[in-house]
Amino acid sequence: MNNIGLEHILFVSIALFFIGCYGFMTRRNLITMLMSVELVLNSVNINFIAFNKYLFAGKLDGVFFTIFIITIAAAEAAVAIAIIINLYRHYKSIDVEDADQMRF
Amino acid sequence: MLDTKYIALIPLLPLITFFVIALFGKNYFPKYCGLLGTVSLVASLILSATVAYQYFFVAGQVNGVYQPIIAFKYAWLQFSQNISIDMGIILDPISVMMIIVVTFVSTMVHIYSLGYMHDDPRRATFFSFLSLFTFSMLGLVLSSNIFQIYMFWELVGVSSYLLIGFYYDRPSAVAAAKKAFIVTRFADLGFLVGILILAFYSGTLDFQTLIYRLTNNTDSLQNICAASFMGVSALTWGLVLVFMGGAGKSAMFPLHVWLPDAMEGPTPVSALIHAATMVVAGVYLVARLFPVFSYCPAALDVVMYVGAFSSLFAAIVACTQTDIKRVLAYSTMSQIGYMMFALGVARYGGESGLGYMAAMFHLFTHAMFKALLFLGAGAVIHYVHSNEMKDMGGLRKLMPVTHLTFLIACLAIAGIPPFAGFFSKEEILTAAFNHNKIIFGVAVLTAAITAFYMFRLFFSIFYNKEYKPHEHDDHGHDTHTPHGEAPFSMLGPLLILGICSIAAGFIPFGHLVTSDGKPLETEFHLGFAAGPVILALISIVLAFVLYRKQSAVPDRISNALKGIYRAAYRKFYIDEVYLFITKKLIFNLVGKPAAWIDKNIVNGAINTSATVTENLSETLRPVQSGKLQQYAIYFFAGVLLFAVLFIYLWV
Repeated sequence: MNNIGLEHILFVSIALFFIGCYGFMTRRNLITMLMSVELVLNSVNINFIAFNKYLFAGKLDGVFFTIFIITIAAAEAAVAIAIIINLYRHYKSIDVEDADQMRF
Repeated sequence: MLDTKYIALIPLLPLITFFVIALFGKNYFPKYCGLLGTVSLVASLILSATVAYQYFFVAGQVNGVYQPIIAFKYAWLQFSQNISIDMGIILDPISVMMIIVVTFVSTMVHIYSLGYMHDDPRRATFFSFLSLFTFSMLGLVLSSNIFQIYMFWELVGVSSYLLIGFYYDRPSAVAAAKKAFIVTRFADLGFLVGILILAFYSGTLDFQTLIYRLTNNTDSLQNICAASFMGVSALTWGLVLVFMGGAGKSAMFPLHVWLPDAMEGPTPVSALIHAATMVVAGVYLVARLFPVFSYCPAALDVVMYVGAFSSLFAAIVACTQTDIKRVLAYSTMSQIGYMMFALGVARYGGESGLGYMAAMFHLFTHAMFKALLFLGAGAVIHYVHSNEMKDMGGLRKLMPVTHLTFLIACLAIAGIPPFAGFFSKEEILTAAFNHNKIIFGVAVLTAAITAFYMFRLFFSIFYNKEYKPHEHDDHGHDTHTPHGEAPFSMLGPLLILGICSIAAGFIPFGHLVTSDGKPLETEFHLGFAAGPVILALISIVLAFVLYRKQSAVPDRISNALKGIYRAAYRKFYIDEVYLFITKKLIFNLVGKPAAWIDKNIVNGAINTSATVTENLSETLRPVQSGKLQQYAIYFFAGVLLFAVLFIYLWV
């Protein structure tokens, strides 16, 4: 195999990002939407790691940032699931279309 | 110099009383409000008497000339180096005389009201208003600054408004209060413009400085005489406008229309405000600025003609009125006209200042006998429960004290010696004779008419026919229960004022109050004095013949003079003219277009902007749909847009 370049990894990251966005906009199930958001976050993580490795090999900033984002993502998932459970108790459904009362 | 700090108490005592009664009186001591007001006013009266004694006999004269004394002065609003609105107290012969008049008459009226307003549920309010008025009037006469006088001027206007509208459940009283307020406010507009003109040229608001600068040969005087508008100098304009304010307050023609209607107020109020004190504020104002007026004969001529015309006009109208308070109101207007033209015929200093002294003298005596007349009329109304002459008659036996005091007052106002009015009227006639024969003729004619209508009133009330209690009354009593003449608290003031109406004429006014502060020897010519007195006596005899017994003669005379009588009865249609000017001309030509502009242009602009905003927000509202994924699309589109911008346009 040839060397795997920065471009390859960035391509994976972009693919992951847009898959996440697409999932977020098309899925009606809140859990699935949450998973899509995780995809977007992970694409960012890959970006950080890739740039750190290929451009600033001697530094660890990107790695730290990635670990930081993973931590935040875990916390965010906990909060999001709590919200989803509450929505479920209220609407007896986790369809995002049902939760549209917050409007004018 | 006399110790002057305590003088501030004279106006402040009524002010404190006003606050105490207005805030606590109604709830905590409703029965004692009148007593409190009276006691504090008696204290004020004693202080005023002390001040008067100190000023006139101890400390006021320097080399035989009365000097104005500034008791104290406190710069209240400092506008610039020279111009400030001060709160001060000036003592000079006229202000000292006025505080005596105000506190004395006010005390009498307070005592009288203790009896007159005894059963009124709102007497706490009444006495608080009376105190407010007394404070304002005292502040007015003691003002050392022309703007201070303007403020107190408005304050007396407000108190007058409140007291005219005291019986606010009667529509006529409300209308009268509004009328008084609007007419005097209209006049005060002129006053304010006048103040501004005088202050602009003299560069000060302080009375003494203003008078000094406008009467000595300074730049101010030259400038104000040089400047002119419509061919009349600024000095004349300023003074005439100031006089317009005075004419409004003093009910001079053509701004007199509010005074007869103001009789809707309680009778003691009419005695105090609309006869003895507030309505002479205009005379006082002209007297206060008299040195400046005397530099401007044109302005004095205006004062003279307006005063003379008003006095004759009011006297004629008074002959035809049937409401006793209205007769007295017109007679007040007539007597104030007397004072005005007396000022108009005077000049500053020496012999020619006789008119000034006579006007002040007449102001003083008039306050006494007119207050007496009103309080007497109040006693009659209290007894009869009606204002109309036809409901009265034959009260002589039933009300002996009122009858006697009313007779004294009528003789005083008719100018019969030795009653007070004779002396003051005599001085006025002399002054008028020396200055202008036409005015003198008007004055003598007015004096004769005055004697006639006063005795018409007197005979109609106390003689004419047997008194029959009538069923109908306006005061809300169900049945007319005969009672005694009046309580002692009402008769006491009548007697005191009666004595004053006799004694006031013997005060040597010429030595005390003159235009330049120097004593003025007044001469007395028997021949000259006899003419008017004889005329007055003839008038009294005429009234005696016509009204002593009930007869058809007065009706026949009024029928014979049909047109004139009707015109006079309707007050020469002045009210109708005002109504025509306001309702027909001003409302239609100014009011309606203004209302149209307000409704369609001003309101229209506001409404249009409101409609536009509403439509816009209606259109934008659905953007906030509550659908999470829709938001996500907006967000994503926005990010893409910025990305495109940054990548292709920024670089």
